[in-house]
Amino acid sequence: MTINGWIQILLFCGIVTLLVKPLGGYMTRVFNGERTLLSWIFGPVERGLYAVAGTSEREEQHWTTYAAALLFFNLAGFLLLYFLQRLQGGLPFNPAGMPAVPPELAFNTAASFMTNTNWQNYGGESTMSYLVQMAGLTVQNFVSAATGIAIAVALIRGFSRASTKSIGNFWVDLTRTTLYVLLPLCVVLTLVYVYRGMPQTLGAYVEATTLEGATQTIAVGPVASQVAIKMLGTNGGGFFNVNAAHPFENPDAISNLIQMVSIFAIGAALTNVFGRMVGNQRQGWAIFATMGVLFLAGAAVCYWAEAAGNPLVHALGLEGGNMEGKEARFGIALSALFAAVTTAASCGAVNAMHDSFTALGGLIPLINMELGEIIIGGVGAGFYGVLMFVVLAIFVAGLMVGRTPEYLGKKIEAKEVKMAVLAILCLPLAMLGFTAIATVLPDAVASTANPGPHGFSEILYAYTSAAANNGSAFGGLTGNTTWYNLTLGIAMLMGRFLVIIPALAMAGSLVGKKSVPASAGTFPTDGVLFVGLLGGVILIVGGLTFFPALAVGPIVEHFAMLLGQTF
Amino acid sequence: MSQSKTSSIMDARILIPAIGDAFRKLNPRTLARNPVMFVVAVVSALTTVLLIRDLIIGQGNIGFSFQIVIWLWFTVLFANFAEAVAEGRGKAQAESLRRTRTETQAKLLKGDDTKNYKVVPGTSLKVGDVVLVEAGDIIPSDGEVIEGVASVNEAAITGESAPVIRESGGDRSAVTGGTQVLSDWIRVRITAAAGSTFIDRMIALVEGAERQKTPNEIALNILLAGMTLIFVLATATIPSFATYAGGYIPVLILVALFVTLIPTTIGALLSAIGIAGMDRLVRFNVLAMSGRAVEAAGDVDTLLLDKTGTITLGNRQATEFKPVRGVTEQELADAAQLASLADETPEGRSIVVLAKEKYGIRARDMGSLHAHFVPFTAQSRMSGVDFDSSSIRKGAVDAVLQHVNKAALTGSGSAAAVTVHEPLAAREIQAIADDIAKAGGTPLAVVKDGRLLGVVHLKDIVKGGIRERFAELRRMGIRTVMITGDNPMTAAAIAAEAGVDDFLAQATPENKLNLIREEQAKGKLVAMCGDGTNDAPALAQADVGVAMNTGTVAAREAGNMVDLDSDPTKLIEIVEIGKQLLMTRGALTTFSIANDVAKYFAIIPAMFLAFYPQLGALNIMGLETPESAILSAIIFNALIIVALIPLSLKGVKYRPVGAGALLSRNLLIYGLGGIIVPFIGIKLIDVVITTLGLA
Repeated sequence: MTINGWIQILLFCGIVTLLVKPLGGYMTRVFNGERTLLSWIFGPVERGLYAVAGTSEREEQHWTTYAAALLFFNLAGFLLLYFLQRLQGGLPFNPAGMPAVPPELAFNTAASFMTNTNWQNYGGESTMSYLVQMAGLTVQNFVSAATGIAIAVALIRGFSRASTKSIGNFWVDLTRTTLYVLLPLCVVLTLVYVYRGMPQTLGAYVEATTLEGATQTIAVGPVASQVAIKMLGTNGGGFFNVNAAHPFENPDAISNLIQMVSIFAIGAALTNVFGRMVGNQRQGWAIFATMGVLFLAGAAVCYWAEAAGNPLVHALGLEGGNMEGKEARFGIALSALFAAVTTAASCGAVNAMHDSFTALGGLIPLINMELGEIIIGGVGAGFYGVLMFVVLAIFVAGLMVGRTPEYLGKKIEAKEVKMAVLAILCLPLAMLGFTAIATVLPDAVASTANPGPHGFSEILYAYTSAAANNGSAFGGLTGNTTWYNLTLGIAMLMGRFLVIIPALAMAGSLVGKKSVPASAGTFPTDGVLFVGLLGGVILIVGGLTFFPALAVGPIVEHFAMLLGQTF
Repeated sequence: MSQSKTSSIMDARILIPAIGDAFRKLNPRTLARNPVMFVVAVVSALTTVLLIRDLIIGQGNIGFSFQIVIWLWFTVLFANFAEAVAEGRGKAQAESLRRTRTETQAKLLKGDDTKNYKVVPGTSLKVGDVVLVEAGDIIPSDGEVIEGVASVNEAAITGESAPVIRESGGDRSAVTGGTQVLSDWIRVRITAAAGSTFIDRMIALVEGAERQKTPNEIALNILLAGMTLIFVLATATIPSFATYAGGYIPVLILVALFVTLIPTTIGALLSAIGIAGMDRLVRFNVLAMSGRAVEAAGDVDTLLLDKTGTITLGNRQATEFKPVRGVTEQELADAAQLASLADETPEGRSIVVLAKEKYGIRARDMGSLHAHFVPFTAQSRMSGVDFDSSSIRKGAVDAVLQHVNKAALTGSGSAAAVTVHEPLAAREIQAIADDIAKAGGTPLAVVKDGRLLGVVHLKDIVKGGIRERFAELRRMGIRTVMITGDNPMTAAAIAAEAGVDDFLAQATPENKLNLIREEQAKGKLVAMCGDGTNDAPALAQADVGVAMNTGTVAAREAGNMVDLDSDPTKLIEIVEIGKQLLMTRGALTTFSIANDVAKYFAIIPAMFLAFYPQLGALNIMGLETPESAILSAIIFNALIIVALIPLSLKGVKYRPVGAGALLSRNLLIYGLGGIIVPFIGIKLIDVVITTLGLA
């Protein structure tokens, strides 16, 4: 590890922290329907959209209506994306003449982009037409992110409102998030990325003649705009197959830093939105601090493991850290940091091959995802995910102050506990369940690139990434098979909707409760104690579930490596 | 109070029957009430079948398997045992109650004639029947006194042998079936049919027969069931991971891992904690009509406390003599003492005491003075003494002034002197009286032969230590509101002295009820106690309503707790017991989940050792063999249940410090302790079983 490496990590953390408050303040105004700087542009657009949709910003929804609207919207998006892929051969904006995408792959991709996972069982430049990329994938990049944020806001309203029935209006939340938050930030980011050297064109791939005289086709396209939303909306689906390791998708250290910051920006700011909406910003900071501690711990272990490298390689006289599978432009610190960021935040963009990380270095991305993508997490998804753990932590330990557990004045009772448990339960079900089946199916095992624990990690990582809606690939695993296309797709749908429904149900239950004023007997949830408690519950409940699986994957691989054996 | 009945937790009379009950509770229908332990029982049965299979075909490590199976069953039995011990304590209490419920004969009255009765069995009485109960009779069923006064021995329910007075009308009209009339006679209208009397309900309550899961317990059970499911996933997926690695893991070991991981500790002790909470109240001579009420007590935000008897001593005491100008304190004290000599009220006695202590005025013999005592009446609102030609009166200021005016008008006494002197003195008396009232006291004017002498300052004496109790409550986050019939000025003064947060002066049943509703509208939980019929609406509205046992039937029906000692101060203890109950649940849940860390470190390396020997590095406890590691974990898991039975029955100690301090303390003990203790415990058990050669 180097001082330089640490400075870069801390610089990143500093920028994210500084953004929390201003962005949180702006987003709060947006969700509360207050006037913002951009109202004069988007106000008429917004009202026009409501008129077309037959709704109004004053119309509020019960949680079931909210959930129904959300599911309908997502189903429509899924079908659109599926048929765009299946029919792309006959549709315009297909200069490279891509044929129709096969059904299982189209299902997998549609599920993947609709759920904000952006797992890619295809290479973008060799499978998808510009039309699919723009009208299908990029649209879903926006709306899947907006969907996640809308749910988080609805759940926050569960805490901030009292004795009422409605948790907001899905169409309004969706529209506002897209128009006021995602769109303007993406425009700015796109311009910055173009300035850093990313292509942004609808023209055909470039033919180049190399020095040896061979002809090379260089893939280009509307890269900058897609990268902007891919990072900001924690989607992670790369324009190119190698994602953010591609020089066109991540030209230099500055673009790398901006990309990492934009992955965390909205998720981190949501903690502040929460604090503001419940009337005590410290509440938001406490959750942010918990996330921060868990993130830094993960990043530090990952960086340490990668910087320490492989003793077997050292024995051959090659000193230094593990550079296998890393871009020399970014080096160890930024690759480790990027891996921690992208898996903590459910983004899934990668700038290095996680498959080539050391066992412990690869363990961190796995754990980050297995905890449920709640360390900052996917936009919105991370926040409502962490609130599930908050409810659990409050319930377990809150009793220890001798009162029925309360969080922000709302009593945590059977209904809330049930919903939190359901939401938390679905992840091990999808991650461990599918891994357990896949590891005994010869065909599924055959897709792995390595034997032994490492191959196991590849399978575990795939399902973990899918169910956590992360979308990053460990690599090594050939995912484009019927089995993986279908099961990974199902895992993504489980990991998304089996959390969303309980979260909205919880919002519905909370919003109807009276708000109990805080007293000296109330469990304090804005201090160091709470940060420790929440972190502990996340690690113990989230971590212990996966301990056996991790033990026979990266952990045994690590000990084997120390004993001189690699896979 | 009958706390002397308290039996120690490790009383053989409870423990031995509990062992039998532990086996009886293996009945699947009983077990099904507790999801976690039901799952443990199911997997124990499964492993037993596997063990029998292995025995028949003679394969596997029978000795090891046998021990695992035994300890799995012990886990279930220990849980049953914990519940049985908790219930046993209640049962002992129920037994003594049942003895009082002997077959009684009742004197059923016909019509209004108090003598014309027919003797019928007590069990045949219906609600609305009127019975006569005379000295020596057992009251046949719960009822309300409609005529007469009697002293009643209620030791059967309160454990207090001093008789209490029960009379018609007023707030002491309720009688309880099974108690005995000691003197006089009463006519009682029956309010409860046989089988649903107060004692029947008490028996059902302390036996736990009517025990229903409280809201909090239900939520906790959901959490525990959820955790169990999570660990089903964590363990059920292991066999395929093992297959992938080319290994095989016996079902027995998976079961062992599973049982140690699921929250068996709290699952086993959960119902015992609930029963013990109710039991603690019973020991405190408070009957909670539901577990929900006990839980609500822990959540109380606002306590409504009656001033008299709770915050102040029941009686006012004389603290000062304040003469008008021209009269010495000695003179006033002397007159006041004379007027009070024959006054047996506590106030009167306190005047005599003060006169003696402060001015050395000794008691005088009323007889030798030819004195004639004039008692207090509601009309005159004065009492006093007449002797020779003199008369002294003391009483409420306005009553005394009226008396003086009347005397002046009728011209009795030395009227001439009075008319000149008195308007001035009357104004002065009024001024002194106002001062006293402002300070929270009650002024008592004294007049001798039509001449106003001064005022006795009667003061409400705030109970010793009550101020500190309120400060404690404040630290617990509980607001105290004093309820009093006094005027706002007096109430404010006493409220300030006692250190309550707020007061309700000139309280009426209506504004009491409104106060409760207002607090509840703010999302707060309110506790109060009361005894009169007019308290019933407020008792019913309050989240925790403690009715005094001496109170009316209406009050007892309206409240969700009954205090057999009729001691309103107990409200504070009830809140603490409620908090203790919740804390104990939280502490053991946290402990139970924190335990899992060590168990993983014991079992995972042992489990995979055959095909991933590298994982031996995770055996940080240095456990001897894979078998001893697994066995130690499962033994620890079972023994910790037994070890925690005393804590779950006694409850985690509640300290009136702020929630933050309480939480950090408990997190340290039960959270961090929960992580560390099993590492030590499992290692120790490993050493023992290795030494004994068990594995």
